Amino acid sequence: MREITYLEALSEALQEEMHRDASVFIMGEDIGIYGGCFGVTRGLLDEFGAERMKETPISEASFVGAAVGAAALGMRPVVEIMFSDFVTLAADQLANHAAKMRFMTGGQVKIPMVLRTPAGSGTGAAAQHSQSLEAWFTHIPGLKVIMPSTPYDAKGLLKSAIRDDNAVIFFEHKLLYKERGEVPEGDYTVPIGKADIKKRGEDVTIVSYSLMVHKALHAARELEKQGISAEVIDLRTLLPLDEATIVESVKKTSRLVIVHEASKNGGIGGEIAGRVAESDAFYYLDAPIKRVCGKDMPIPYTPVLEKQVVPEEADIIRAVKDIVR
Amino acid sequence: MVKYDIPEKMMVKMLMDMLLTRTFEERVNELFMQGKIHGTTHLGVGQEAIAAGVSNALRPDDWIQPTHRGHGHCIVKSGNVNIIMAELFGKVNGPCKGMGGSMHIADIAAKNMGTSGIVGGTFPIAVGMGMALKMQKKDAIVTCMFGDAANNQGTFHESLNMASIWNLPILFLCENNFYGMSIPIKYSMAVESVAMRGNSYNIPNKIIDGNNALEVYENVREISQAVRKNGPFLLECQTYRCLGHSKSDQRKYRTKQEEQEWKEKCPIKFMQNFLLEHEYVSQAELQDMAAKAEEIIEEAVKYAENSPYLDLEDAAKLVYA
Repeated sequence: MREITYLEALSEALQEEMHRDASVFIMGEDIGIYGGCFGVTRGLLDEFGAERMKETPISEASFVGAAVGAAALGMRPVVEIMFSDFVTLAADQLANHAAKMRFMTGGQVKIPMVLRTPAGSGTGAAAQHSQSLEAWFTHIPGLKVIMPSTPYDAKGLLKSAIRDDNAVIFFEHKLLYKERGEVPEGDYTVPIGKADIKKRGEDVTIVSYSLMVHKALHAARELEKQGISAEVIDLRTLLPLDEATIVESVKKTSRLVIVHEASKNGGIGGEIAGRVAESDAFYYLDAPIKRVCGKDMPIPYTPVLEKQVVPEEADIIRAVKDIVR
Repeated sequence: MVKYDIPEKMMVKMLMDMLLTRTFEERVNELFMQGKIHGTTHLGVGQEAIAAGVSNALRPDDWIQPTHRGHGHCIVKSGNVNIIMAELFGKVNGPCKGMGGSMHIADIAAKNMGTSGIVGGTFPIAVGMGMALKMQKKDAIVTCMFGDAANNQGTFHESLNMASIWNLPILFLCENNFYGMSIPIKYSMAVESVAMRGNSYNIPNKIIDGNNALEVYENVREISQAVRKNGPFLLECQTYRCLGHSKSDQRKYRTKQEEQEWKEKCPIKFMQNFLLEHEYVSQAELQDMAAKAEEIIEEAVKYAENSPYLDLEDAAKLVYA
């Protein structure tokens, strides 16, 4: 099968969905000739024209709200926020409107929009351009939150997100845009709400998502050499969480390590740990649940520190060895 | 005598709509004080002319977004008092099945996209609705209503800017009652009128008497046609809110004299006098209309009281489509 990058996979998803459904359109800053800050929408203006490629002024609060309004009247907008840190500007429209209009209107409207945005650190963009804010949004009933780790998942999940009738927040990772992987040509979807076991194992369950899945897989390869068999679960969707897959795996391995780049306190790791602790997987645990997460600090500019505030392969290996005797 | 190019039947309907709105609001006020309606509510007593003038002048396929003080708009656009009362009672027969309540009433079949409890929350949504209507090649418009104080919210400025650059079919309609909760707008606004802010966004604008339903009707009828062809317009309708901001408001921030002055400019009194002077109605007919309004509101209260509540399991199913 051919290999393309995560970025190309996203672009293909957008292109194919725009062809498939005339109600799909794209909006955001510099998504036209510039092709989007990271290049995801390159070429789409030429193909689809300005009518379906709406370049917006720098007005996140209102253009995200415009996506809500367009969706309420039957369109399927895919709105881009240039850096996921800027979602704070659109928080009201996302939390109080996109997430709640269906409920507050007693089911009279649906808001089939996708907000896609690059997250994560490692590019030297510092504190306000490097965050992983997904936990905030998993705490808002009415939204769905997706964070794919591979080109295959990225294309399939973006298609599913666009076809979903709810407001979906789709977090891409900046460092994954160049990641290559096998991606089928043409149409296929990946189901929302279903985790993927990227590597099967017996001794410990590592649950992760986005960029950290790759670090977890590298760590798992290293652990294999040391006789420890790790099962790596890629959540892919954070809301709704695939609790069943996690619980089943923990019952098999008896050990759980959760890895996420986002800072530890209040992160999704806590939610996952809580769900496992309140399920009958609790009785199968042979060791405390471990979380390997970003430090509870803003991302520093200094390159050497930027690396140290997020989990590294060595941190994951250490956490596993702490609980595997 | 001033001439209005409005059919007599429509004038009489608008008076009835205003009577229904006022009677509804006053009854809701009582029900709150009796503890029969829960939460809070924002009554539009005194602002009825805008409610009557707007929806009647628009086409049935035109959309409105009322404010959190918008029961009158909801009643007129839906043409059904019962369901609006049921929504305030939190019952399943409300258009939102009781999930929204006073501040979040939407009736999609009637093209009421709903009020928002967030001041300024509807501006961006109006922009998106305008975009959708254009992309779908429909010539319906969106009337986005807001109070004077909302025009200081950032989304007002961002949304008018986008409506202008994209030439969207949106009538931004300000119900200027001169107060943002307790702050007179002359203290919170840097410029003299809401309408003139349209100039910053190259949007044509106008100020009218919001207590004259006939003036509101004529202007909305004419301007909505212009919006269909030429893009956004900002219409400021000047009015007054006779009661407090919400149920706990003792109105200490304004004078009894001011309130009395505005009571004299009552939109209902104006309409009644106008119709009498032109002999479109008799005194007896006016009394009948008032009595009829009372009867309809009482029916609505009974309807609401007899409606059931949605249960939790069914409510939970409404979170996701």
